[in-house]
Amino acid sequence: MVNTEPKISVENLRLSYGHREVLHGLSFSVAQKEILGVIGPAQSGKTSLLRCLNRTIDFVSNAFLSGSVRIDGEDVLRTTDVHTLRRKVGMVSPLPVGLPLSIYDNVAFAPRCAGIKNKDELDARVERCLRQAALWDEVKDRLHTLGTKLSGGQQQRLTIARALSHDPEVLCLDEFSIAIDPVTTMRIEDVLKELKSHMTILLVTNLVQQARRLADRTMFLWNGEIVELDRTEAIFSNQPRDKRTYDYIHGLFG
Amino acid sequence: MSASPFTVTPLVRRNMRRELAARIVLGAMVAAMVLPLLAIIAYLAVKGAPLISLKFLTTNPTHGMREGGIWSALLGTIYLVVIALAVSAPIGVLCAVYLNEYAKDNWLTRIINLAVVNLAGVPSIVHALFGLGAFVLFAGIGRSILAASLTLAIMTLPVIIASTKEALAAVPMSFREACWNVGASRWQTIWSIVLPNSLSGILTGVILQVSRTAGETAPIMFTGAVFFKKIQSGTLFAYSLTDQCMALSMHLYTVTTQVTNAPEPLPYAIALVLLGAVLAVNAASIAVRSCLRSRKKW
Repeated sequence: MVNTEPKISVENLRLSYGHREVLHGLSFSVAQKEILGVIGPAQSGKTSLLRCLNRTIDFVSNAFLSGSVRIDGEDVLRTTDVHTLRRKVGMVSPLPVGLPLSIYDNVAFAPRCAGIKNKDELDARVERCLRQAALWDEVKDRLHTLGTKLSGGQQQRLTIARALSHDPEVLCLDEFSIAIDPVTTMRIEDVLKELKSHMTILLVTNLVQQARRLADRTMFLWNGEIVELDRTEAIFSNQPRDKRTYDYIHGLFG
Repeated sequence: MSASPFTVTPLVRRNMRRELAARIVLGAMVAAMVLPLLAIIAYLAVKGAPLISLKFLTTNPTHGMREGGIWSALLGTIYLVVIALAVSAPIGVLCAVYLNEYAKDNWLTRIINLAVVNLAGVPSIVHALFGLGAFVLFAGIGRSILAASLTLAIMTLPVIIASTKEALAAVPMSFREACWNVGASRWQTIWSIVLPNSLSGILTGVILQVSRTAGETAPIMFTGAVFFKKIQSGTLFAYSLTDQCMALSMHLYTVTTQVTNAPEPLPYAIALVLLGAVLAVNAASIAVRSCLRSRKKW
């Protein structure tokens, strides 16, 4: 790693919905081309954290943010150009959302919004993203049928292709595998390992083993606080620094 | 325990009786709605049909409206409906887009939404008085097609806003979020995803207002409709915007209550034409809608 500047650096990030604070001052950084696994039970603030990174938190009317989130040194919370920011940060939601457009248009949607009109360029990009999302071979003969008619697993890969279509530098995956079968999950995990060579990945997951397989470092988030953030081997070793981490990973929590 | 798992127990028998009772009661309600409707249409058709002819539709009323046709009233209604909806549909739809897609959820938005819902329930005679005050007197347009159309537009506006908002809200939120996540602006999201998928619902709301606009008498009585006006037949441009006009709904009222010795089938024929016009518009809209629905994408 030549560039030692962190890709994302979060400092004292606090988020509240109304009077209820859900993130209590998170500070961490993510290196270039790193996969950071984020594990933690429901309601621990994982999705909220991701929504802060691409500022879709703006759409929650009573959300209040403080602290700073920097991507490449630029303050995300104060940027005025959220659309460019969101193109820089790809987001894959837990449940697949095929837009009511053709498969081709689903993937070409984001580049078109960014102003790319050249047909050849769009064609090339659609093919590249669908290949990256391990979907190309299944749909290459029916690119102009509806994306919403695909099966759940295919739609999730379509969602991933769409998230890649605007050339993000950071990819956030929010429990991407809950709607797809184990075989497809493994294929996408292989894809992520390849993508790692040129992007930074935040992998929020409920499957602790998935974090173990993929992540360079893993963060255990609980009730809006970082319990532990360490190299994945250390987190999954028999002696993580915090006993709660051990309990959570081994299903002894509660 | 009995040997067969499918033995009819008292519980099963009771459920079957309830099922039957529910079917009968609900079915009877449907009949109670459909039969009067069919009866009205049949009654009008039988009574009014003998008078209906191309000549009836395209000639002015004569002899104190006892003879001749209904041309000036038919054309007046068409003018009023077209102009009223040309004003209220774009304003209403765009307004609903703003309220549903852009407006933040705060007290002002809530008050506006509440106002829209309440305005939709205001009786048309109140709109008529507003139209008389605002357009005829204050704006100085005078009693005219323009003033009457604007009054009708004001009357239909809140209903169009309400129905459009409903159509927009029926587009799943997850579609919008998916668009925002890939960096689409609100307008790009609305234009490429939200509007195409709510178009059939929006259209339904607007078309329903065609029937309402054509049928209302009160709002136009004060603002531009007259008992009798003779116009040139054979041209669609016989009225100008500042003219007063006749209208079918008003004409029906006049012929029934104000004209003595009117031929008996005449009111029925007028009602039949009004009904036919509204049905024709609705049928066209259903055709467009089913065409849009067949392309429904999720």
